[in-house]
Amino acid sequence: MTDTLRQEPSLAGHDEGAVVSPEAESGLWSDAWKQLRRRPLFIISGVVIIVLLVMALFPSLFTSVDPTFQVLDRSGEAPNASSWFGRDLFGRDVYARAIYGAGPSLAVGLLASLGTVVVGSLAGLTMGYFRGLTDSVLSRIGEIFAGIPFVLGGIVILTSLNKPGEIVGSTRLIVQVVLTIVLLSWPLAMRIMRAAALASSQQDYVKAARALGAGPLRIMFRHMLPNCLAPVLVYGTIQLGVFIGAEATLSYLGIGLKDPVVSWGVMISEVQARIIQMPHALFFPAAFLVVTVLAFVMMGDALRDALDPRGR
Amino acid sequence: MSDPILSVRDLVKHFPITQGVLFKKTIGQVHAVDGVSFDLHPGETLGVVGESGCGKSTLAQVLMRLEPPTSGTVTFDGEDLFAKSGAALKAWRRDMQIVLQDPYTSLNPRKTVGDIVGEPFEIHPEVAPKGDRRRKVQELLEVVGLNPEHIRRYPHQFSGGQRQRIGIARALALRPRVIVCDEPVSALDVSIQAQVMNLLGELQTEFGLSYVFIAHDLGVVRHLSDRVAVMYLGKIVEIGDSESIYERATHPYTQALLSSVPVPDPSLRGKREVIRLTGDVPSPADPPSGCRFRTRCPKAEAICAEQEPPLVAGESSDHPSACHFAEVRQVLPVA
Amino acid sequence: MTDAAPLLEVEDLRVEFGKGADTASVLNGVSYRVEAGETLAVLGESGSGKSVTAQTIMGILDTPPGRITGGAVRFKGEELLGADRERRRLLRGESMAMIFQDALSALNPVYTVGAQIAEQFRFRRGMSKKDAMVRAAELLDQVKIPNAKQRVKEYPHQFSGGMRQRAMIAMSLALDPELLIADEPTTALDVTVQAQIMELLDELRRERDMGMILITHDLGVVAEVADRIAVMYAGRIVEEADAATLYAHPAHPYTRGLMASVPRLDSSRGQLDPIPGLPPSLTNIPPGCPFHPRCAHADFRGRAPQSSVSGDRCRTELPLLRVLEDPAAGPEGHRAACHFAEQFVAASPEEVLTP
Repeated sequence: MTDTLRQEPSLAGHDEGAVVSPEAESGLWSDAWKQLRRRPLFIISGVVIIVLLVMALFPSLFTSVDPTFQVLDRSGEAPNASSWFGRDLFGRDVYARAIYGAGPSLAVGLLASLGTVVVGSLAGLTMGYFRGLTDSVLSRIGEIFAGIPFVLGGIVILTSLNKPGEIVGSTRLIVQVVLTIVLLSWPLAMRIMRAAALASSQQDYVKAARALGAGPLRIMFRHMLPNCLAPVLVYGTIQLGVFIGAEATLSYLGIGLKDPVVSWGVMISEVQARIIQMPHALFFPAAFLVVTVLAFVMMGDALRDALDPRGR
Repeated sequence: MSDPILSVRDLVKHFPITQGVLFKKTIGQVHAVDGVSFDLHPGETLGVVGESGCGKSTLAQVLMRLEPPTSGTVTFDGEDLFAKSGAALKAWRRDMQIVLQDPYTSLNPRKTVGDIVGEPFEIHPEVAPKGDRRRKVQELLEVVGLNPEHIRRYPHQFSGGQRQRIGIARALALRPRVIVCDEPVSALDVSIQAQVMNLLGELQTEFGLSYVFIAHDLGVVRHLSDRVAVMYLGKIVEIGDSESIYERATHPYTQALLSSVPVPDPSLRGKREVIRLTGDVPSPADPPSGCRFRTRCPKAEAICAEQEPPLVAGESSDHPSACHFAEVRQVLPVA
Repeated sequence: MTDAAPLLEVEDLRVEFGKGADTASVLNGVSYRVEAGETLAVLGESGSGKSVTAQTIMGILDTPPGRITGGAVRFKGEELLGADRERRRLLRGESMAMIFQDALSALNPVYTVGAQIAEQFRFRRGMSKKDAMVRAAELLDQVKIPNAKQRVKEYPHQFSGGMRQRAMIAMSLALDPELLIADEPTTALDVTVQAQIMELLDELRRERDMGMILITHDLGVVAEVADRIAVMYAGRIVEEADAATLYAHPAHPYTRGLMASVPRLDSSRGQLDPIPGLPPSLTNIPPGCPFHPRCAHADFRGRAPQSSVSGDRCRTELPLLRVLEDPAAGPEGHRAACHFAEQFVAASPEEVLTP
């Protein structure tokens, strides 16, 4: 019997990883990976995301121009041979700034999405499993945070963290911005996860697992989570773009990232008053932003499909 | 007769009806199970029949300790089941398992069959050493009549009957002594239902299992059960061995149930007497006083509203029947 | 198209789902007739195509994914499959109506039961709101809902399961249809309620001289009310006869298998004799007789010495639905799609025909 099973991967044909024992291969995540490797949607978005990540980590590979170097007499220059994306109000190279802006933008977007999804999912899962008082208390707490207007909350939090005029390091600022966004946005992810978890906890497979003596952690993470992840994942990838935009809002208000840190949000907010004179200074950071968001949304879509065995 | 393996006494389960969001106020109780007593002997099948809302599924949940009881006792093999906690409770779970009704929701759609049937061994690693589990899972699949090579498939790749077999394999994994079957065949097609019923019968002989077999289909229950308990609104109204319940029912509700089942024989059309019940089942949140069946009972008299009939055998009934006016009435067509 | 045209005639109906290699042949030539005042029971397990046939007749089959690839549906001689949408919409409700298994999801939870019934009178009969509600209450009374005048103002969730199914029946009968299709009307109900609903349906059919198609998997229910029975398997009718004949001497091994699978109230424990295996995948129906992989008689029959045919007939040749010589059958005759139906017809249903 075992022998016939060992042969199964080779019979299946497309399983190149036949050297790995079949036991290690089967399972939701490995099956999802096998499925993902063949999806063009995943490959395209994966390549885009890798390029973006390389750009964020090693911007000097893409440009040798200093993004903060000002040539004031070339202010607002349209795209040309020497500066492909043109120059902004202060005569800085838009191309170099867009490249260098990837790092902080992605850091804020990724960390804030990850943060809201993790915090929201944990809260939602706990509420769905324990129900009752836990559910009521966490719901009310979530409502308090969801009730705070984003801009007002951001101003209160960030100005109380940093005294006006204080010079703050870029890493610290990024962490503060991320935490602010997570704090104000987790209840949304929580609601989505809670709805899915409440439904899932009523399913008979949870009942069967409880009858087998499975503990709360096993039920929450092995049984409920895989069945609740899809909507939160989709939410997370869409929010990624929203969060990069939120960072821009905070920057515009002067409480988020600011010069000399470069981010797409900073670039967009800087040019807001002069869109007619220098549209290129808006277009290129916005284009980077859109491509990034699209790539992550596509990735989220592919992931959701791969995590549902019924779709195979 | 040997000592019962499962002994249930005066089991009660009430669900509070609450109002309010943060501070919940109890405004009533749903009397889902209201004083149920029975014994289950080793190797025996006790059928529990009743219509929807009679509390038979809640009974299964409480017996499996998936819901806490309101009051009453259950002893398993002489030990108080509700006193168990922690390691003792977990160890007991190896002895008693459940097969659930819906083959579509009872299996986690995101797990392979190997994972589903192997999970009991992960939760109870002492039962099978890690290296042995794969072989055990395949053995189990073979026992329930599935292809052991399919352990990497997902539930949605199987038909309803096959899924129910997977659920049975999972319940069987820890070699339990008692299996609670909560409507295990009611979601299946007739021909598949018969296959699964035969499988349950074979497994009982092979592994010496005792079943609490909960179903609404009286034919299915008769086929598998040694003894039968009929439930109405949270109470057992009649209990006895299969033959006495089906041939010599004395409770008017049992008689009405039996007479309502359509018989697959057109030559009996119009010749059978169907005891027609009027009205609907009352709400379990507000059950009638006295006998709970009195609001629909053709025999009801004044005493029925005042006194609750005890579940006892009497002159007119050779088995316990909770009716003031219990009497034998032939309702099934004579073969 | 004569006056003698039956109320409903389905001829060689074929429906497919999906595309390419995944095409599922859901109906593979279904033919049946229903006369006014008659109950035809369509018996089959899930996937046999019994509901798809009904949906096609009603014109509520979702296309896509469904695709009608052939056949005809004639209502009093009028061809429906080619008819325009407006004509079909008019026929629905007026001439043919359908009730479903799940009455709760078939009723809209945000309107009162009365309003939902009255809607038909208002928009199809142009009645005033007040008159329509009066008619709705009358209808609820006809389906024996107690206190109908009060209950028209209640919402579906305030009705019990049996009451909801009654309300559904009332709604379907509002415009006096001549044909009622009941798709598993009692499957979701308790047995005591089921008996009430079946009796009601039977009574209404007789009163109104309606034709009724009763779709079910329950051999007991069929035996109680059907005039004629059509047994479906893998998108085909495999046997058709009047109720008494079908139960007394079933001619198709599938019908016999179904009967052996039902646990009876009046017999005690023992092994059931189920049909082995699973129904075929509709994307890959076996060649020859679609039932042959599950048929205990396929082998034996093929090799039968008295038979003049070659050994592989069940595997290679599709048996057509044909009229059997069955002296006991009613005027409608007894039809079955099995190469060896004659040999089964002669045997009683309990008799197990083994090699």
